[in-house]
Amino acid sequence: MNTYLRMYEREARVYKGVWRGSVFSSFVNPFLYLIAMGMFLGRLVDEQTGGVAGVTYLEFLAPGLLAATAMQAGAGDSAWPVLAGIKWQKTYVAALASPLRSRDIVIGHLAWVATRVALVSVIYVLVAALLGATGLASGLLAVIPAVLTGLAFAGLVSWFSATLEDGIGLTNLFRFGIMPLFLFSGTFFEISRLPDWMEPIAYITPLWHGVELTRAVALGTEPPLGRLGHAAVLVGVIVVGTALAARQFEKRLVV
Amino acid sequence: MSDALVIAHDLTKRFGDFTAVDSIDFEVQPGEAFGFLGPNGAGKSSTMRMIGAVSPITSGSLSVLGLDPVTQGPELRSRIGVVPQEDSLDVELTVAENLMIYGRYFGLTRSVIRPRIEELLDFVQLNGKRDEKVDKLSGGMKRRLTIARSLINQPELLILDEPTTGLDPQARHVLWDRLYRLKQDGVTLIVTTHYMDEAEQLCDRLVVMDQARIVAEGAPADLIVQHSTREVLEMRFPPGTQEENIAQLGGLAERMEILPDRVLLYTPDADSTSSEAHARGIRPVAQVSRRSSLEDVFLKLTGRSLVE
Repeated sequence: MNTYLRMYEREARVYKGVWRGSVFSSFVNPFLYLIAMGMFLGRLVDEQTGGVAGVTYLEFLAPGLLAATAMQAGAGDSAWPVLAGIKWQKTYVAALASPLRSRDIVIGHLAWVATRVALVSVIYVLVAALLGATGLASGLLAVIPAVLTGLAFAGLVSWFSATLEDGIGLTNLFRFGIMPLFLFSGTFFEISRLPDWMEPIAYITPLWHGVELTRAVALGTEPPLGRLGHAAVLVGVIVVGTALAARQFEKRLVV
Repeated sequence: MSDALVIAHDLTKRFGDFTAVDSIDFEVQPGEAFGFLGPNGAGKSSTMRMIGAVSPITSGSLSVLGLDPVTQGPELRSRIGVVPQEDSLDVELTVAENLMIYGRYFGLTRSVIRPRIEELLDFVQLNGKRDEKVDKLSGGMKRRLTIARSLINQPELLILDEPTTGLDPQARHVLWDRLYRLKQDGVTLIVTTHYMDEAEQLCDRLVVMDQARIVAEGAPADLIVQHSTREVLEMRFPPGTQEENIAQLGGLAERMEILPDRVLLYTPDADSTSSEAHARGIRPVAQVSRRSSLEDVFLKLTGRSLVE
């Protein structure tokens, strides 16, 4: 058995015990956005402009929201739970007394996050398809870039969490990082609508690449950097984030 | 060749400018209960973490079960059990789930772990709590669960870092009893503690640590014979009068320790010393005659008491 799978199993078991607590943020919130913004605000948008990027606003929004939801799930699972494992409950510290190594813990954790993001994404797509916001097949295909998006944030946030001493840094990360990304990375509108000076900022955030790729897969279009280009950026961020997290875990816990 | 389970030579651990463990030597023999006694900050936990292969040594050499903790960490950790200072349990999971997960960390199959869970819960007397969430357990129960968890891989060597700190006397005795049984079953124990009674109860042999160094080594009884007298007379005087009383105590005992609240007289026979003091007209408000303990050894070697 691959050693990281042992940590994967732990994360899955812990989640089984607490999934009810995450139902609202993971499953319900995205639908409220989809209905309020996509359907009701979208009707207004479509009446005024005849749609966005050649599709209805609801169809434009649905994949963007899928990527943003994946980001939030990936970041959330790697924030407080990681700091708890390192500092508050020290369950990761306990795991290091077994044959597991820091990298097993990080990779096992991220593998589980990928599973959970996939789960959240599939349920989201099923409901979005019911609402007519996306095609079922293309929507399910878009789960793949959504998982990449979630993992890109999970790696980086795991690393960041492992540098912290208390939860204030995490509150700030979500307030000043994740929330602005959610609003300004092309989820709700094309970033060409942003002032010129803000556009380059969007380009360097992983979420923009995730939104573009997820939307391209869902709508069958070609994104600015090409599908491979955006996928390469996301995979690069995942690799860097995972390596940074593993290094930080080792530095913090094996001293 | 020594057949010791743990061999440390010149073992040193530094964190930047701070030296936590300063060039110590010790050996732990198979089947014995070996103790590290010392106050907080003496370097006990750092030593435990190096033995447990979760903290690289800075210099010197260390061999555990014939393995190098730095290069053979995973293999070494698969053969030892660790009871850390903090329980570090998965509090949102049940007692049995905690053991299952930990067993899985060692790569054991579920069918191997399942019967072990029942045996271990029996052993630490938690059978009734099998499906209880860890959150709901008392401190003593959590400690016992942590011990059960450390035994899931049937370790040859068990490392316990302050196993009973923070527990009530009854819970401590239950724990000591369990550890004694483990020792009977042939498990080698390494225990750190700042309780002298714990060290006396559990350890065949121990080292006394202070300020990153080992200041004494031996069996508890031998250490007392070597470094202290047979008995101790403790005297407490009315507030403000300790100094004038001390002036009259000269020559009564082999050695005298003056603590802020009392005076300790080291003597072969506390009762006769007490009579002599009485004859000199010394009237303490309270006095106790007792056997010498490891606390006295520590006091003599370092000039400070263990628990401050």
